[in-house]
Amino acid sequence: MMISINIDGRTVQTDAGSTVLRAASAAGIRIPTLCYLKDYNEIGACRMCVVEVEGARGLQASCVLPVSEGMVVRTDTELVRKARKAVLELLVSNHPLDCLTCEKNGDCRLQDYCYEYEVKESPYTGRRSEALPDDSNQFWVRDNSKCILCRRCVAVCAALQCSDAIGLAGRGFETRVAVPGEGLLAASRCVSCGTCIANCPTGALMPKLPQKARTWERTKARTICPYCGVGCELFLVTKGNRILEALPSNGPANNGMLCVKGRFGYDYVAHTDRLTVPLIRKNGELQEASWDEALDAVAKGFKAIAAAHGPDAVAGLSSARCTNEENYLFQKLLRAGIGTNSVDHCARLCHASTVSGLAATLGSGAMTNSINEVLQSDLIFVTGSNTTETHPVIGSKIRQAVQRGARLIVAEPREIELVEQADLFLKIRPGSNVALFNAMMQVIIAEGLQNTAFIDDRTENYAELAELVRDWTPEVAAPVCGVEPELIRQAARLYAQAERASIYYAMGVTQHSTGTDGVMSVANLAMLCGQIGREGTGVNPLRGQNNVQGACDMGALPGDYPGYQKVSDPAVRQKFEAAWGQTLSERPGLTLTEMLPQAGSGQLKALFVMGENPMISDPDLTHVEQSLRKLELLVVQDIFLTETAALADIVLPAASAVEKDGTFTNTERRVQRLRKAVNSPGKAWPDWQILSGLLQRFGLPADYKSPSNIMDEIARVTPVYGGINYARIEHRGLQWPCRDAADPGTKYLHSERFSRGLGKFMPAAYRDSNELPDSKYPLLLTTGRILYQYHTMTMTGRVPGLMKISGTSYIEIHPDDARAAGIADGDRVEVQSRRGRLQARARVTAKLSPGVVFMPFHFGDGAANLLTNPALDPTAKIPELKVCAVQVRVAGGRQAAAGGEVTAGVDNKVGGSR
Amino acid sequence: MADSTDMTRVTTGLVPEPLDPALEAQLAEIIDSHRAMPGALIPVLHEAQELYGYLPMPVLERISAGLKVPMTEVYGVVTFYSRFSLQPKGKYRIQVCMGTACYVKGAEALLDRLREVLHIDPGQMTTDRLFSLDQCRCIGACGLAPALIVNTEVHAKMETTQMDSLIAELRAKEGR
Repeated sequence: MMISINIDGRTVQTDAGSTVLRAASAAGIRIPTLCYLKDYNEIGACRMCVVEVEGARGLQASCVLPVSEGMVVRTDTELVRKARKAVLELLVSNHPLDCLTCEKNGDCRLQDYCYEYEVKESPYTGRRSEALPDDSNQFWVRDNSKCILCRRCVAVCAALQCSDAIGLAGRGFETRVAVPGEGLLAASRCVSCGTCIANCPTGALMPKLPQKARTWERTKARTICPYCGVGCELFLVTKGNRILEALPSNGPANNGMLCVKGRFGYDYVAHTDRLTVPLIRKNGELQEASWDEALDAVAKGFKAIAAAHGPDAVAGLSSARCTNEENYLFQKLLRAGIGTNSVDHCARLCHASTVSGLAATLGSGAMTNSINEVLQSDLIFVTGSNTTETHPVIGSKIRQAVQRGARLIVAEPREIELVEQADLFLKIRPGSNVALFNAMMQVIIAEGLQNTAFIDDRTENYAELAELVRDWTPEVAAPVCGVEPELIRQAARLYAQAERASIYYAMGVTQHSTGTDGVMSVANLAMLCGQIGREGTGVNPLRGQNNVQGACDMGALPGDYPGYQKVSDPAVRQKFEAAWGQTLSERPGLTLTEMLPQAGSGQLKALFVMGENPMISDPDLTHVEQSLRKLELLVVQDIFLTETAALADIVLPAASAVEKDGTFTNTERRVQRLRKAVNSPGKAWPDWQILSGLLQRFGLPADYKSPSNIMDEIARVTPVYGGINYARIEHRGLQWPCRDAADPGTKYLHSERFSRGLGKFMPAAYRDSNELPDSKYPLLLTTGRILYQYHTMTMTGRVPGLMKISGTSYIEIHPDDARAAGIADGDRVEVQSRRGRLQARARVTAKLSPGVVFMPFHFGDGAANLLTNPALDPTAKIPELKVCAVQVRVAGGRQAAAGGEVTAGVDNKVGGSR
Repeated sequence: MADSTDMTRVTTGLVPEPLDPALEAQLAEIIDSHRAMPGALIPVLHEAQELYGYLPMPVLERISAGLKVPMTEVYGVVTFYSRFSLQPKGKYRIQVCMGTACYVKGAEALLDRLREVLHIDPGQMTTDRLFSLDQCRCIGACGLAPALIVNTEVHAKMETTQMDSLIAELRAKEGR
């Protein structure tokens, strides 16, 4: 209901449930505030927002004052100004007036208001805070002597980030923002997201910047985070050509949040290791060359090999780190320039099974719903995703949803952070997903909880599903999954009976030799209960890299042209032949996981790698290296001399994501604008410019003036991107499918009908993982990622703060297994599988079940992928990165223990007994 | 205002104490019996403090997890109310009333003398765990000012000179 009130003589229409401050702000009337933070901190604490209200006694804090019909408000009277001045004088009485050297100078609300209300100093003298700064956090300093207790930091930590790291403690003058127990921030629950410092109105929370910079020397560029697939929008703050920090923007995916990597992980950009000039291997050494020399050599090399051995002797690995425009040009170069469909990228290693499994069941291999719809779910089922570490902002949104009353089920092999908030936790054995989903469906059907109307109207093949799951009772599944049958029953009921249930999953489901089965089972479960095609529901694969969705969309896949148009479809092929003016190959291309074995066997002669690092990311690294070394020509285009680039014959230096324009497509299918913030070092070029140079050398027209021209070409040949252009995505991006200029984009998929028409149940029987523990390799190793590192660490490994927090490889092992192997927490251990071995520090923790060990895969030193199993899913060709068998023992045995090198943190009794 | 509560010094005050495992089941019972109750935090903290004599951090963590109240909030409540203590208390908990009547009748001198005799500041406990010293708000015994409390027993109209004998008597009772 709307009512009208009078503010400063103006009649203002406002919602009846509003406050005076909100009404004034909507009407463009400015009221000063310090503590107010819309939706998160409306507590009337600072009293700066006081106003006069006719008929009311005294002044009122407008941020907590509800409006009422006919209310007459004055925001700028003499009385009001005096009161505000008094508030400032009281605050300043306990605030160091060191504005001359304070980094906040120029961007400080307290300073701004003191200027406005002419407060030079305080008439009040008395106690002053003697708080000492806490600089334990790697990225910022908390100086409570400058804190005005507005509580904005506490509010965003509790209700936005949902970390609950800091709170108010004490009373009266001793009131302070503190970690429970008054310890250091670095030893608290804080995950260094920095949302608090972005909301501090004074200099109490200040980032540790790489150089001094007055606020007026800083420039801001609005762009998209170069890390994960959430696609957070942010402002890169620069001085000259140096990135100082990133500030969260109120972007559609992140709403004012970032994680530690997106916020502070930019030291890699200006790192001295950056590639600055093209390199060509001569006499065994990489030597500097001009761009013309390097591009000519690449073109000549590929042409010669294609001429001698056929175009399929050449293959390309495109990049989920590069823009849509660059991925489009890359696959165009391979297909139209060289004449092969062998183009793939690292999605093969993360969500190839999502693409195949969801295409078969739903008809589209993307996240069905939008990120913010998680707040509308009343039940959230997270499985195979350590969301708060791998997609931190989505993890926070799941926590927000739970705070607002949603139920949460977590099915994971480890007790991840989200388990704290979960209503049900199923600690499943890695690789048992299909058994779990089938048993849940058995319960649902046996108890009649399925959505019969949805099944009848929207799906096909139900009978076959019911037949397959009939015998998979929770009692049958329980020993496979390693959880109590009753838990499976409860999970099934909660999911089926929820009004709006959503499933969020990631690589715990996909990275198996049964990955496609796992994904299809997720889709089966959602269709069985009709939990799809509505807001707040859906099957939501969380994509890993910033542009892995886009790289797939752009056809960096051996069987797909841009927009998932099939290479095998002659009509599609003809369309692209006409568009690109070249005859195109009808032969299916190689997947990433097929390229390396073919390189090893000598069939593949040349490989073009753009922004990928298979020397760390791929399974069974020993064989990866052998295969790459056998190539006649390896071309690597990257921002660093990665482990892979070090083996290359030609190295092309590229611009990083903060040095170029383009678009990324995030995990919710949103195409967003990337904007250049700094110049590339040396002679490094944006990838799209390098690829344009190569396309021209293959006789293809490529005189693109900017990435915007490339997007226009993409839109012409890609129906689901048909309505996308730079002007339309300037502000909020657009979610595909977006077919024409009038199409507003698609918030959630499958609403009236599935992309393939009817949804198809694809029943999948449970199969064991390819390699299971045995007497020689008794432990099951599962791999994953951590908050503070990213992928193969080419970027985060060059951010000192992140390296200090979590910079070395480790293996988590259950106390029972540790005891049996004589391993103590902190021991250096040797981990061995059938394919390789490595050393890492042991972390003994009951987060895992006995018999299961966990390693992050990021680290080159102690690289988990030396151990992993390259066994492939037959459909998606994704390797079984999540399950292999290993043995773990104390490294070096007696000698090393006696030598003392590995005994840091080791229990002496353990070391001495052997 | 005594400087022992100064915010910069609180950080050093929290000594990790081994918990009495015999009390764990009782703590769990306290939490369980209040689980469904709105505003359960303060009553649970009171009962937990009665059980342990103070509120060690691990107990707060147990309460936070049990009631699903964030640690930041639990800690905020505990540090807001002076009744709650994060510090262990002695067998004899001496509280000197600093209410107006007691204060004007010389309560501060009582406190100063106790500091000298016990060699501790308000908020602290003697190393033999026998005594702890605190100041408190008005205890409602203004007619008996200046007053102090030993555990639950009120000692009325005290004089500075009586402080030494008070402590000596209690020590004797314990055979020290």
